Amino acid sequence: MSNAHNAGFTGYLQRDLLLAYRRRGEAASPLIFFLLVATLVPLGVSPEAGRLEPLAPGIIWVMALLATLLSTEGLFASDYQDGSLEQMIIAPQLLAMPVLGKVTAHWLVTGLPLTLVSPIIGIMLSLPSDGFIPMMASLALGTGCLSLVGAVGAALTVSLRKGGLLLSLLVVPLYMPVIIFGSATVQAGIDGLNWFAPLAILGAMLATAVALCPLAIAGALRLVSSN
Amino acid sequence: MPQSPLLKVASLSFERDDCTVFQPISFSVEAGDIVQIEGANGSGKTTLLRLLTRALEASSGSVFYAGVDIDQCLYDYREQILYLGHQPGVKLNLSAEENLRWMSPASTAPEAIVSALADLGLRGYEDVPCYSLSAGQHRRVALARLLTSRAQIWLLDEPFTAIDKQGVAFLEQCMQQHLNQGGAILVSTHQDLAITGVRKIRVEPADDAGGF
Repeated sequence: MSNAHNAGFTGYLQRDLLLAYRRRGEAASPLIFFLLVATLVPLGVSPEAGRLEPLAPGIIWVMALLATLLSTEGLFASDYQDGSLEQMIIAPQLLAMPVLGKVTAHWLVTGLPLTLVSPIIGIMLSLPSDGFIPMMASLALGTGCLSLVGAVGAALTVSLRKGGLLLSLLVVPLYMPVIIFGSATVQAGIDGLNWFAPLAILGAMLATAVALCPLAIAGALRLVSSN
Repeated sequence: MPQSPLLKVASLSFERDDCTVFQPISFSVEAGDIVQIEGANGSGKTTLLRLLTRALEASSGSVFYAGVDIDQCLYDYREQILYLGHQPGVKLNLSAEENLRWMSPASTAPEAIVSALADLGLRGYEDVPCYSLSAGQHRRVALARLLTSRAQIWLLDEPFTAIDKQGVAFLEQCMQQHLNQGGAILVSTHQDLAITGVRKIRVEPADDAGGF
C-alpha cells in the first residue's frame, strides 16, 4: 500500500518535471521575471550602494513572492482542462501524495532556481556580503512555503476561468508571515545578529505547510471536481 | 447465501444545486456483463459514471463492490476500475508513448506499451508530441489504456467519439475479449454495439429537473 503512495509521489514529480522541461520557456518565466524586475530597481531607485542596501532584503523577498505567485496559477489548470486531474483523483491512492509530488516539482522549477540565482540579484542590489547565505537559506525554505500555500489557492480557483485575481486575494494574506520572517532573516544576517532564529521559524512554517497543505489541496481538488 | 454481484447499484441518485439530476437508479453487474447506459443528452449518463468512480458523492443510495460498500473499500475498488471520461487525460506536451506509460500500471513492460499503441493504429506516432495528433488519435492514445490496464470494471463514457469505423470495430473486439476474460463494462454511447448480450439501462431525468 505505501509503495502505491510513493509511486504516486514520484510518478507525478517525474511527470511534472518532464512537462516543465518540454515547456522550458513557460517554466522559466518566473525566473526571468525575477531577474528583469531586479535590474529595474537600481534604475528606478538609485544605483548608489548606500541607498539600495537597506532596501535589498525586502525587494528581493517581494520579487521572489511575486514570481512564485505568477507561476502558481497554472499549477492545476492544464490537468483540470485535459482530464488528467480527474484521473488523479480517482487513482487508488491517497490524493495528498500525487499532490505533494506536483508541488515539489513546482518548487524545483520555480523556488529552487530563484534561490540559486538570488546571489546575482544580491550583487545588483548591493546586498552586503553577510546577507548572502541568510538570503539563500531563507529563500530555499520560504519559496517551499510559497509553493505549498499557493497550490491551495490554485486548487480552489482551478475551475474559474479568470481566477488570477481571486488567487492573489486568497494567498497573499497567507504569504505575509513568510515574507516577514524571510526578510527578517536576511536583515538579521546583515546586522550581524543571530539569523537562525527567524530562519527556524520559516523552517517551522515549511514543516507545517508540508504536513497540512497537501491535505487542504486534496480536499479542494475533490470539492472542485465534484461540481 | 447467494454470491454478491460484482457491482451493485442501489437506488443511486444525485442532486446538483438542490435539483435531482436523475431518478434513483438500481441495477447490478456481474462479471462478463456489458451494460449500455442510454439517455437523452443531459440526462445524467456522465454523472452516473462519475458516481461509480466515486469522484462524485451520491446524494442518496450506495454502490457495492463484491458486496461491500465502495466507501469501505475505496482503494481496492479503484484498483479495479478504469474510467475514461470526455476529457481523455492526454497531456499535449508528452508523446503518445509517454502518455500511455504514464496512464498504465507501473509494472507494464515497455513492449506492451508500444504494441498497445500499434494495435490502436498509432504505430510510428509513439514519439510524436500529442499536440500534433488529431482528435481521433488523442482518443486512441487514451483508449490504448484498455489494453494495458488490469482493471476488471471498465467505465467508458462515450468511448467512440471521434473514432473511425475500423477503430470502433477493433474496440468492440477488445470489449468482447475483456468480457470473455471475466471483466465487466459499463458504457455510455448512443451507438448500437456489435456485441452480444448487451443489457440496456435508461437514465431518466428527474421530474423536477425541468428543461424539457
